[in-house]
Amino acid sequence: MRLAFILSEIGSGLRRNLSMVVSVILVTFVSLTFVGAAGMLQMQINQMKGYWYDKVQVAIFLCSDGSTAPGCASGPVTPEQQQGLNALLKSPAVAQYINDFQFESRDEAYKHFKDQFSNSPIVDSVTPDQLPASFRINMKDPEKYQIISETFSSQPGVETVIDQRQLLERLFSVMNGASLVAVGIAGVMIVCAILLIATTIRLSAFSRRRETGIMRLVGASKTVIQLPFILEGVIAAVIGAALASGTLWAVAQFFLGDYMSRQYPDTAFISSGQTLILAPALLILGGSLAGISSLLTLRRYLRV
Amino acid sequence: MIRFENVTKVYDQKARPALDSVNLEIDRGEFAFLVGASGSGKSTFLRLVLKEDRATSGAVYVAGQNVARISSWRVPRLRRGIGVVFQDFRLLPQKNVFANVAFAMQVIGKSRSVIRDTVPEVLKTVGLEGKEHRMPHELSGGEQQRVAIARAVVNRPGILLADEPTGNLDPTTSMGIMGVLDKINQNGTTVVMATHDDDIVNEMRKRVVELKNGVVIRDEAKALYTSMIPVVGQSRRLKDASGREAPDDGLPGNGAEGEARQ
Repeated sequence: MRLAFILSEIGSGLRRNLSMVVSVILVTFVSLTFVGAAGMLQMQINQMKGYWYDKVQVAIFLCSDGSTAPGCASGPVTPEQQQGLNALLKSPAVAQYINDFQFESRDEAYKHFKDQFSNSPIVDSVTPDQLPASFRINMKDPEKYQIISETFSSQPGVETVIDQRQLLERLFSVMNGASLVAVGIAGVMIVCAILLIATTIRLSAFSRRRETGIMRLVGASKTVIQLPFILEGVIAAVIGAALASGTLWAVAQFFLGDYMSRQYPDTAFISSGQTLILAPALLILGGSLAGISSLLTLRRYLRV
Repeated sequence: MIRFENVTKVYDQKARPALDSVNLEIDRGEFAFLVGASGSGKSTFLRLVLKEDRATSGAVYVAGQNVARISSWRVPRLRRGIGVVFQDFRLLPQKNVFANVAFAMQVIGKSRSVIRDTVPEVLKTVGLEGKEHRMPHELSGGEQQRVAIARAVVNRPGILLADEPTGNLDPTTSMGIMGVLDKINQNGTTVVMATHDDDIVNEMRKRVVELKNGVVIRDEAKALYTSMIPVVGQSRRLKDASGREAPDDGLPGNGAEGEARQ
């Protein structure tokens, strides 16, 4: 009975305040979309970093079947050449610049590739043979890349030496900047949302002060009086959060998944499934923002 | 049922207290009028009973409980034991008569079947049979006040507080309302009614408590609106507060003193 009563109170409150409720939904929708966009950018950066990015700076790719580089004239890298490179990496001349290094075999390369490109159709057309084995080097000072490059580029069995950071660093700094901007906008929008929710609840409490006055007099509990107002705000904010989650999912599914991954097949994009990790966080964030701001408002404007 | 022990209520430190050392006891099942000019402290008295305000000093007991000791989350329980009626009815305009009365039961979680049984019964008590589905604006002032009374007593409170319930009504209608309140009182509910309406007080011949500037200056059983008893013999403090000498109107003085309370 009491639950049914509270639900009907919520319903009538939402109906009476429809335009305000719609604006709460829209503001939480926009603000949480920005929060989610910042989250998605970070997820995308992680996706692009792949397995090695945070562990090493320089990769020495060894010759494979199809290699055309001058160092690969003698065909794929031989075990002897590989031994030689290993020894060179351990020699004092080189070892003073590097922290450590690891060898990635073709099978390992294939495994890491599959992980990174799990969302892309490209993964089906690649076999371990097409991926080169490599030495992955963690530099003491990444700026000394040039030394490694000069030492190893001319070695037999080396196809190419790549400074991974140089390729991605600039892109990542742009993306990090973008996510900072998104967080900044989200912050302002969240303040808007909190104030708007507070105003809406205040209006709602004011327009129903007759009812709440009578409820107090006949001895209704604080919960019965306040809960409909709080839930009104929370429901509106959760609807906004659900819309934001849906938008992020759609961006990942249709923009990144369908359009971008066709334009840039060699880039790993996050999947729409991954964005759903953000959804519960956004729902909880929206709901608790609304709950807290309506609770604080009611404490001032609805004496029980 | 209601006991004030030396209760003082100060709203503003610079002004005189709204209630000044009031001692008063209203027994279970009693019917008492609270009379006095505007600002004499009648509304403050009612607010203190409801724990809408805290007494500045002294103790207010309602149904044997010191209201200052009731924690805030138990105040609703206190208020369930008290019905309140106002001058301006305070009905919900978008609900019909039945829904207005049922509202008081819904918000404290009464089941639908109990509501269906109780509301018609109470509407019969206040004389509104067959008007369950009228809207408040379709009712006369007297009928609206009956709905408000029905709402106040539907949860069977032990106390009914009425703050000038006849203030907006004509004399005939007012007498009808008094009949309803009297009937409720005879069913065992303690009724405290603040009023300016001298005709009603004179007609009912119930206990009258007169307040002036926050002080009880008269407390008589079966009394009239204006005092027939000279203030002679009451405590000096009260006389000072009342600010008047005993009226020399030849009415019995000491003989009626025995009936006076306080």
